[in-house]
Amino acid sequence: MPDPLLSVRDFSVVYDVDPPVAAVKNVTLELQRGEILGLAGESGCGKTTLAYGIQRLLKAPAVITGGSVVFHDGDGGDVDVNSLDAEQMRRFRWDKVSMVFQGAMNALNPVATIGSQLEDVFEVHRPNMSRRQRRDAAAELLEIVKVGAQRARSYPHELSGGMRQRVMIAMALALRPQLMVMDEPTTALDVLVQREILRQISQLREEFGFSVIFITHDLPLLLEISDRIAIMREGEIVELDTAERIWHEPADDYTRTLLSSFPRLTGEKGVVVR
Amino acid sequence: MSTLEVRHVSKVYNVRGAGRLTALDDVSFTLNSGQTIGLVGQSGSGKSTIAKILTQLETPTSGEVLLDGAPIPRRGTGLRRYRQQLRMVFQDPFASLNPYHSIRYHLQRPLELDRVVPKGEVDDEVRRLLDRVRLDPDAVIDRRPHELSGGQRQRIAIARALASRPAILVADEPVSMLDVSIRLGVLNLLADLQREEGLGVLYITHDLATARHFSDEIIVLNQGRIVEHGTADDVILRPQDPYTQELRAASPDPERFFASAGAAGAAEGGAR
Repeated sequence: MPDPLLSVRDFSVVYDVDPPVAAVKNVTLELQRGEILGLAGESGCGKTTLAYGIQRLLKAPAVITGGSVVFHDGDGGDVDVNSLDAEQMRRFRWDKVSMVFQGAMNALNPVATIGSQLEDVFEVHRPNMSRRQRRDAAAELLEIVKVGAQRARSYPHELSGGMRQRVMIAMALALRPQLMVMDEPTTALDVLVQREILRQISQLREEFGFSVIFITHDLPLLLEISDRIAIMREGEIVELDTAERIWHEPADDYTRTLLSSFPRLTGEKGVVVR
Repeated sequence: MSTLEVRHVSKVYNVRGAGRLTALDDVSFTLNSGQTIGLVGQSGSGKSTIAKILTQLETPTSGEVLLDGAPIPRRGTGLRRYRQQLRMVFQDPFASLNPYHSIRYHLQRPLELDRVVPKGEVDDEVRRLLDRVRLDPDAVIDRRPHELSGGQRQRIAIARALASRPAILVADEPVSMLDVSIRLGVLNLLADLQREEGLGVLYITHDLATARHFSDEIIVLNQGRIVEHGTADDVILRPQDPYTQELRAASPDPERFFASAGAAGAAEGGAR
């Protein structure tokens, strides 16, 4: 039975430059509770613009020109994201929807310890927590992502890329959001570390039940971790289906083209032909 | 026909406060022209150290590199002639081209420095090189790097590497910065050039799938040591070393994933 967390209807974003660029065109999709939805496509297809747009994180010249984004809050009530005022939006972000940014390895503040950066999240969003509670919560987060609480006093440069990425995930997890948007979270990591991080994301999803929108151009990776995959091209979703069907019987020509850009690791030598 | 021989090469760095770091430990292999060898391993395994030693940006602590039986000259025209024979394509096409200079200049320089063709023929040679990498000379020759896409820039970097007519090409992660949809195009270009010009290519990557697709042989490096070396299909399909097996298991492989998901009946996706 469908239990949607996020309903996006006819969502459009235009970059208001000369000439205007329609980056996202009438996108409609429904994200289920606890689902990992993969968003794939080549550079410039609008996948990042879409993911930012549904959280109203876009800056000028990007303009949301139409459509609605409704968040079906697990704590009750539907939230129309487009109608929130600045203060409501501030509360909504990170609390309900958090984000792991592209190039997250460099997203940490180099002159603050990772513990204090995690505590900042609580200081801003949970003002009633005592200093002690904040510190305990930060330590707990570092344990959850297997960095270890004893690393709270480390600076980002003292951690490996994979560890920093785990800290970013801990930060995104801090307020127990219902949706995490991950924009190329493992692209800069090598395969072994990437695999560990992916395993961790899956485990956390099982444990905490959040939904994930996972953006990457690495389709083989996406096929393994996603429940459903949306293929984007020039601002439109050309195909949205389960990972199995995208792999076995892709319906759209462009999905087939994208699949055929990847040589096969095992099986017959060559690229994937569908 | 050229042969590049790496014989028992080790490289040890003295790291202040951390003692000695062995980046390469007794590495030996042979690369012949007309052959592509894939060099794979995770970050820090020593892949790029090999590239640096081959291009003589670093000297080995012990062991030697031979081109056609002769050791690499340490300096002077001998070293220059060696570098003319062995060229490098770097990972980042945004950083490896000079933003101030036109494409024409980028390709002219190696032609003039290495006196590849007589002065009057330099311009024709530049155009021929652009043709070789499947770019329209008239469309790109007077442009600057920032006016080109990442894929086009990497083609320019390849053309520049080919300008001095090398026997060996060392490509260090040549497509990892490029968009997926154009990666295969650039790799196919490298494969075509390799066949047409009989180049020896050392393809350094952490992507096992493209390594298998484009290499005759694969060398797996772990902590500076060669742990496995064999034909591409042997190494990827029948890996013997535990580290190679680990690398393979970590690489995304929908083929295997859906085969096992189907067998286990994990239709509800709980196994993911």
